[in-house]
Amino acid sequence: MIAVLRAVMTREIRLAARIGAGAELGLVFFLILISVTPFALGPDQKLLSRLAPALLWIAALLATLLGLDRLLQADEDDGVVDGLMLSETPLELILFAKALAHWLVTGLPLALIAPVLGLMLAIPPAAMLPLSLSLLVGTPALTLVGLVGAAVTVTLRRGGLLLSVLVLPLTVPTLIFGVAVVREASEGRAFTTPFLLLTGVSLIALVVSPVAAAAALRMTRG
Amino acid sequence: MTASPPPLTGFWSLANPGRFLRLADTLLPWMAAITAGLFGYGLYKGLFVAPADYQQGESMRIMYIHVPSAWMAMGVYSMMTISALGTLVWRHPLADVAQKCAAPIGAGFTVLCLITGSLWGKPTWGTWWEWDARMTSVLVLLLIYLGIIALWRAIDEPGRAGRAVAIMTLVGAVNLPIIKFSVDWWNTLHQPASVFRSGGPTIHPAMLEPLLVMGLAFGFLFGCLLMIRMQGEILNRRAERLEMARAAEVA
Repeated sequence: MIAVLRAVMTREIRLAARIGAGAELGLVFFLILISVTPFALGPDQKLLSRLAPALLWIAALLATLLGLDRLLQADEDDGVVDGLMLSETPLELILFAKALAHWLVTGLPLALIAPVLGLMLAIPPAAMLPLSLSLLVGTPALTLVGLVGAAVTVTLRRGGLLLSVLVLPLTVPTLIFGVAVVREASEGRAFTTPFLLLTGVSLIALVVSPVAAAAALRMTRG
Repeated sequence: MTASPPPLTGFWSLANPGRFLRLADTLLPWMAAITAGLFGYGLYKGLFVAPADYQQGESMRIMYIHVPSAWMAMGVYSMMTISALGTLVWRHPLADVAQKCAAPIGAGFTVLCLITGSLWGKPTWGTWWEWDARMTSVLVLLLIYLGIIALWRAIDEPGRAGRAVAIMTLVGAVNLPIIKFSVDWWNTLHQPASVFRSGGPTIHPAMLEPLLVMGLAFGFLFGCLLMIRMQGEILNRRAERLEMARAAEVA
């Protein structure tokens, strides 16, 4: 079973690395979003520094959201999903492995690059590490909630926009606690409470999402 | 070998759409009459008999619409959650019909709640919209309703759509308390809760009675609308099946 899961993950990561427009495009999108906002807001450092936590988190949210259609769509189109469903390994675990691999190539790079972009938005140095930490802990929740949306909409031909409409309201808690971590840290306060709550949201998503997504895949065919 | 199935009783007897349609036909006029009666009584009591609030004056009478619609906004979602379980667990054939028909009504109540809240907020708080914790939670609830309606419309085949929507509804139901909690937390972080005092003024019986009557009226209104919509949906599906059968005959 472990071997199967490892194979699923290796395959995902290999696909992301070899197919163009994969993981790095999400990063580029993240970078562009952060670079474009100062043009709209003006180069005022104080204003940017105040808005930075929100901007970075919204950019992360959108970057994750745009990558979600790749989570299951290609595999559905060429029949891999049907193959995975025939496997003896529980579909829930396979989907978890897929989400994990997807997060490794989308969410993790965002968390790692975020401090650099935070520098551009004049985030105080003390908030750099919390920013990375919050994205590290929070983006899995985004990917996992997205997994459910992707599983529900995978059989639709134009599911992209619908996927966003379904998933975005459910990301409200992640967004609230994620931004709160960075904001508290940049104002020099302890950020333990929002950080623990953010972790809790991610852990709940970890339990609920693979089960719901597997149910969605099974129920929406046949 | 050909043992006849056990007779269906109670809840399950409604699994037969034909039986449901006949029952709805008998019940609807009565329920409509009760709804009209409750609305008449509740509105009369609320708008003319109940005293005006000593602080807010006449404007608080909007409460008799606002609060029941807020109850229904949440109540309808709870009903949809049970229907979702009905679809996935008990496989009740009418559960997905009920859920499909309830979603737009629930969204309607939610919009009504937001609009009346906004109208009430203007004279009381001096603003149309406040990012108050309750209003924000209701807004997110509306977004979830809209997503579910969109999902219904995106999948053609009713059975498949029903199961997909049921899963999304359950995921939403798990999330709603978390969203509510996080929004409350976010709100207290940003601004002190000055709008609603934590204890809240206890409501006078003269105001409570019309409020409860209106709540009941809204409940019955939902029942009527749901039945009408379900009748329409069942007949629609029948018509579709007949059309497909005829197309198959011609082909």
